[in-house]
Amino acid sequence: MIRPRMRWCAADWVEAQGALIVRAHGLHKHFGALHVLKGVDLEVAERELVFIIGPSGSGKSTLLRCLNRLETPESGSVAIDGIDLLDRRTDLNHARQRIGMVFQSFNLYPHMTALANVTLALRLVAGKSRAEADAAGRAALARVGLADRAEHRPGQLSGGQQQRVAIARAIALEPRVMLFDEPTSALDPELVGSVLAVMRSLRESGMTMVVVSHEMGFARAAADRVVFMDHGVIVEQGRPAEIFETPSHPRTQAFISQIRQH
Amino acid sequence: MSNWDRFVETFFNAKVLARYWPDIVAGLWVTIGLAALVVVSGLVAGLGLALLRSLGVRVLNWAIIFVVDVFRALPPLVIIVLIYFGLPSLDIVPSGFVSTWASLALVLMAFAEEIFWAGLTAVPKGQWEAARSTGLGFGQTLMRVVLPQALRITIPPLTNRTIAITKGTALGSVVAVSEILGQASSAVSNSYNPSPLTLGAAAYLVLFLPVVVFGRWVEARFR
Repeated sequence: MIRPRMRWCAADWVEAQGALIVRAHGLHKHFGALHVLKGVDLEVAERELVFIIGPSGSGKSTLLRCLNRLETPESGSVAIDGIDLLDRRTDLNHARQRIGMVFQSFNLYPHMTALANVTLALRLVAGKSRAEADAAGRAALARVGLADRAEHRPGQLSGGQQQRVAIARAIALEPRVMLFDEPTSALDPELVGSVLAVMRSLRESGMTMVVVSHEMGFARAAADRVVFMDHGVIVEQGRPAEIFETPSHPRTQAFISQIRQH
Repeated sequence: MSNWDRFVETFFNAKVLARYWPDIVAGLWVTIGLAALVVVSGLVAGLGLALLRSLGVRVLNWAIIFVVDVFRALPPLVIIVLIYFGLPSLDIVPSGFVSTWASLALVLMAFAEEIFWAGLTAVPKGQWEAARSTGLGFGQTLMRVVLPQALRITIPPLTNRTIAITKGTALGSVVAVSEILGQASSAVSNSYNPSPLTLGAAAYLVLFLPVVVFGRWVEARFR
């Protein structure tokens, strides 16, 4: 049994900053016989940037996907900004407006322009008129530095630009929290920087963020807290310097030294 | 009389051609009407079934798969005959035109359903996830995000299959539909000369050759 060490957790952050946006408790999830989440708790405070690291298969993406119910945990509770996502009466589509998600493979709609990608949910879900949606969409594209690419199709954009459009698509809905699932893993190295720069500016604007990623440099510079997961549990969490410099659990130490070698 | 003269006399008999071409043209219009009905109703029904199937209701999907497999397995002529000669025993008396239309539409529906379904499942799961994560509902995601991409993939195979099944309108001649082949056949019996069949073949070429060429273009354009 692994006892999670909590040297710095959301509670400390709440004391310093404000309300809890993400409250996930006791999450269990199986894929067939595979027990992917074995009782995971995660709380994220407003304006906090939490980094989730861990080996592949550790359950970190599944945890992230439980936070907007792309996966439904078998037990436990998930509340985002006070909305219980596991309650049958919750309007999930309405709740998801407040939870932005960015995927490893961008998942832009290939048959639409960048602007149409951003405005689709603004019109269909947020109920804006075409003119309002276009204005908000262009503003979101400007925030990710792609105002001049509004009429381009995803196929005409680089990977980094596509991922920034995907970020614009999420932030245009003015979410309360942004979930990033390995946002730079599919990118050529020279394109990673532009995406991280957008994430950094989001962070500076006060966005609450949960990031699954191996970008250790970014984690060290921008994260408030790093969570290390392995085999479906949170092994250890703390401030970036603590986790990267003085990890206390042997499995964290092994993982950190492994990724150091790259 | 040389062999050549006999050949021309048999298949290009000027008197017979002059006498019967209006019948063939009338048949052409019937074929066009029948084909249009088959294409529209078959494709709409096939798309409807594919969309129903995407709801993922297990019992419903078994039923859809069963119906689709039955109509893909049966020869269209068998279905036509069953409807035309079988339904009257249930006090439903469909005309030859309606029997042919219904049969070919059912066959096209079955093949179109499979093609649409293949297209829908070929769209990556990430498209669903991205759309749902922004709050779009199942139906919105299906109609705005997934279906447009699926249709693009399905256009080439769908065009080919549609052409193949639409040519089956000639089977209507078996149940007294006065389409091209039906008109040509009765003209042959009335004139004791096969020349009207030549006209019929020409009419089919006039109708379907542009469609086939269009299909080739579509296939190149959307591949």
